[in-house]
Amino acid sequence: MDLHFTPDAPTDTEREAVDSLLGEPDSNWTGGDRLLASDLRTSQAGHRGAGKRHLLLPVLHAISDRCGWISRGALNYCCRRLGVPPAEAYGVATFYDMFSLSPRPPVIVRVCDDIACIAKGFDGLSDDLASSAIPEGGESSPNGVIWTRSPCLGLCERAPAALISGAGEQPWHAVSAPATPVAIERVCHREGRAAEAGAEVRASVPQAGTGGLRLLHRVGEPSGGSLQGYLRDGGFAALDLAVRNGREWVVEQVEASNLVGRGGAAFPTGRKWRAVLGAKGPKYAVCNADESEPGTFKDRVLMEGDPYALVEALAIASFATGCERAYVYIRGEYPESTERMAGAIEDCEREGLLAPACPIEIRRGAGAYICGEETALFNSIEGYRGEPRNKPPYPTQSGLFRRPTLVNNVETLANIPGILLEGGAAYAAMGTDVSSGPKLFCLSGHILRPGVYEAEFGVTVRELIEMAGGVAGSGQVQAVLVGGAAGALLHPGEIDTPFTFEAMREIGATVGSAVVMPFDTTVDLGAMLVRIAEFFRHESCGQCVPCRVGTVRQHELLQRLQSGEVRLGSEQHRTLLGEISQVMRDASICGLGHTAASAVDSALLRFPIWGGSAR
Amino acid sequence: MNHRDADLAPDLTVPVPRGPVPAAPPGTERPRVEIEVDGKTISVEEGATLLDACRRLGIDTPTVCYLETLTPVNACRACVVELEGSRVLVPACSRKAEQGMSIRTDSERVRLSRRMVLEFLASGSDLSISPELSDYMERYGAEPSRYGEGGSEPATVEQPAKVDNELYVRDYAKCVLCYKCVEACGTDAQNTFAIAVAGRGFDAHISTEFDVDLPESACVYCGNCIAVCPTGALIFKSEHDLRQAGQWDEDRQREADTICPYCGVGCTLTVRSQDNQIVRVTSPLDQEVTAGNLCIKGRFGWGFVGAPADGGTEDGNGSCGAED
Ligand SMILES: Cc1cc2nc3c(=O)[nH]c(=O)nc-3n(C[C@H](O)[C@H](O)[C@H](O)COP(=O)(O)O)c2cc1C
Ligand code: SF4
Ligand code: SF4
Ligand code: SF4
Ligand code: FES
Ligand code: FES
Repeated sequence: MDLHFTPDAPTDTEREAVDSLLGEPDSNWTGGDRLLASDLRTSQAGHRGAGKRHLLLPVLHAISDRCGWISRGALNYCCRRLGVPPAEAYGVATFYDMFSLSPRPPVIVRVCDDIACIAKGFDGLSDDLASSAIPEGGESSPNGVIWTRSPCLGLCERAPAALISGAGEQPWHAVSAPATPVAIERVCHREGRAAEAGAEVRASVPQAGTGGLRLLHRVGEPSGGSLQGYLRDGGFAALDLAVRNGREWVVEQVEASNLVGRGGAAFPTGRKWRAVLGAKGPKYAVCNADESEPGTFKDRVLMEGDPYALVEALAIASFATGCERAYVYIRGEYPESTERMAGAIEDCEREGLLAPACPIEIRRGAGAYICGEETALFNSIEGYRGEPRNKPPYPTQSGLFRRPTLVNNVETLANIPGILLEGGAAYAAMGTDVSSGPKLFCLSGHILRPGVYEAEFGVTVRELIEMAGGVAGSGQVQAVLVGGAAGALLHPGEIDTPFTFEAMREIGATVGSAVVMPFDTTVDLGAMLVRIAEFFRHESCGQCVPCRVGTVRQHELLQRLQSGEVRLGSEQHRTLLGEISQVMRDASICGLGHTAASAVDSALLRFPIWGGSAR
Repeated sequence: MNHRDADLAPDLTVPVPRGPVPAAPPGTERPRVEIEVDGKTISVEEGATLLDACRRLGIDTPTVCYLETLTPVNACRACVVELEGSRVLVPACSRKAEQGMSIRTDSERVRLSRRMVLEFLASGSDLSISPELSDYMERYGAEPSRYGEGGSEPATVEQPAKVDNELYVRDYAKCVLCYKCVEACGTDAQNTFAIAVAGRGFDAHISTEFDVDLPESACVYCGNCIAVCPTGALIFKSEHDLRQAGQWDEDRQREADTICPYCGVGCTLTVRSQDNQIVRVTSPLDQEVTAGNLCIKGRFGWGFVGAPADGGTEDGNGSCGAED
């Protein structure tokens, strides 16, 4: 490939940042200074480059972590090193929220302005920030700090939340939650940062220490904090058992368990494993840890509180399906999870525990909800824009690098060791016939003790709210968002619905990512719906017309309804909203478009918002 | 070559072909599949798409992002059809026909989605010089004006045209993000990769790296992107200028095929002219050699046509070959 570059050169720092990941360039064609005699005869940049494209996202991260933003010279250098056309790399870099292609200060405070944080005082926080010394956005700032708004940061149990990242030789990050301007400023000046960074994950699990927990029992305990602790607790016994009994046995157990995916699509896990086991190699396994559905933070808690179990589970999955490499794709807003998982993988590798399986690599997302969609995730790892692919073909046929691929959610995998140790049949006996096993629920919003809760499938929404201490705020529940932004808004009359796939489907809702977010009577539901519509508008990848334009038209119409400019009483606007919803559901490429109107539709059926008449 | 041979001096005689050239082995007949389209049964060869089947039945299907010569990106969703057993509609342009499939191309659901897709496109982009899309909008009853009622204006991609070179203009206010230009500039034809999709969601747009002007970019001005653009967002400068001046007049135009005078490849050129001035050059999509693609010379290198042959009179060499 004959690449063309603008004359912009990298600074020494930018070059270092890239070389720290890729090593020194070995030829003038790949960005080296010296012209070697052999360079005059052959260029292998394109050919060799083709194999390196998957390093594009890690290299962009390296530049951004070091310099805070990505300059023309830096992008050019990264493209030379990897043999990627600059226009394409620019297209990739501009796809992600966390990268900036124009100068910005080294310290960014990302303040969540999403639904749970709105319910818990984001507006006040943003007013306070407006009168603080930290400017919102901008290329520069007197103290090197700016703040920006962000969709859900996955810290909803501690809302309102802020994530602070500092670029430099030693990039750092910290969480401030619940956030106040004073707390944020303290963190920015790196006072008390150490304490913040190790934020007690135990606090996110109010049930911790109560016994009887299957998925959460190690969170906050020594068995979740170190490899020794994990091994003492029986860690890696499941992988041993798997190796002793063989692949076929493992897949049979998973089939017998009746486990279905916890990532939202509820696909039977055993069927997926069977398909990958039967496919021809090379094959890959991917743990989907992109968790970005507003109101969802269960995968974060598992990664921070029980990382070794997840490594073991992924090793079992790779072993059982015969994969030759496994990836953990973690959202960019989870630096703490990334560190814990990286540490756990390293520990396990050092002890040779992964020998029966395959190497595990971590990939960081960079601020794009859509990269949680499995095929978008593949494109993201491969170094392309995170645009979903049309299905079929399905991942088990053609996934990562166009090879058969096993994708499972973090929580799905967390169930695996237990299934092998107890047997699939025992697992299937938990929960209901259709929805088996234990389940994690994310409680936030107006709730007394927010956090991740474990309960068997079949627990009702009311029971979950009671487990978490009941409704906070005014104490009176007005509505409950279940399943996430792509879920449904339930009426208080529906909260005795059991949380199972079948019961939720029956009332036109979904288990989704198991969000349970009560809103008290003071909440403006219309404003929440506008925020949800804005979320989808912002997160649409932009590839297909029904979703690219539909999410915008939906958001615009909702804004007009919310401002009182138009009313739902009029046939015309009801029809328009209905048609926008239908084309997104029917004709979009992926699940984002398919469900972008779900919450709005469900709410308008149940609540008389904007002059509409609920049923 | 074994070791002994390598020690011998090379034999420089040119091998003379002996005997007849072998005939190509006979092609094997591809297996066929049968599907049902709007109640009619049709058999197509394996690998054919639902769109192929519709076309063979003479069913006119709107497409925006599909082109015979490009890899389907199935992004516009104008071609969706209802597939029995599928929860969502499927894109006809890329979904392969499978034995026993049954599809509807004109059901209520299909019509609604097609209408909305066209409406969405027209509400955000300037489709004033895309007559084909206007026809489909009429057919499906698209009403893009309903997004702008009341005080608030809907978001659009409106922006000034990028005029940064003498050969072609990028008027992205007309862009519908069909990805065709990116494909043509990339692995589907040109392999230059000068442009790509940047940004996300409604902000997604076609761009060079850091949005630099074309002369700073990798562009080699083959114009293959112009040839595939369905909306006139990419347009010859000559055509753009005439349109700006209000002088573009298709009634005064003629089109003729000729062979490119430059090199031995001999690409077919379709030359369009208005009042004896060449205004646009394309190549037929179904032309075996070009598949619609050309290089900078064939596409734009006709400045000599109509120029005085020897610095003499204006009309010395006045008409381009295409005119006759
Ligand atoms: C827009 C969108 C976002 C998604 N985000 C996630 C995610 O963050 N985590 C996840 O596990 N699955 C997510 N999914 C579902 C994945 O595509 C996929 O079904 C899942 O990872 C499969 O794992 P499972 O079978 O274990 O659930 C998302 C799907 C869509 C359509
Ligand atoms: S539905 Fe939305 S997110 Fe999914 S491919 Fe289409 S534009 Fe992208
Ligand atoms: S003219 Fe050719 S090289 Fe330039 S952008 Fe278009 S297709 Fe690419
Ligand atoms: S410029 Fe033309 S070809 Fe390119 S994406 Fe836009 S409409 Fe399609
Ligand atoms: S962290 Fe704010 S909504 Fe989740
Ligand atoms: S023509 Fe089929 S999706 Fe665009």
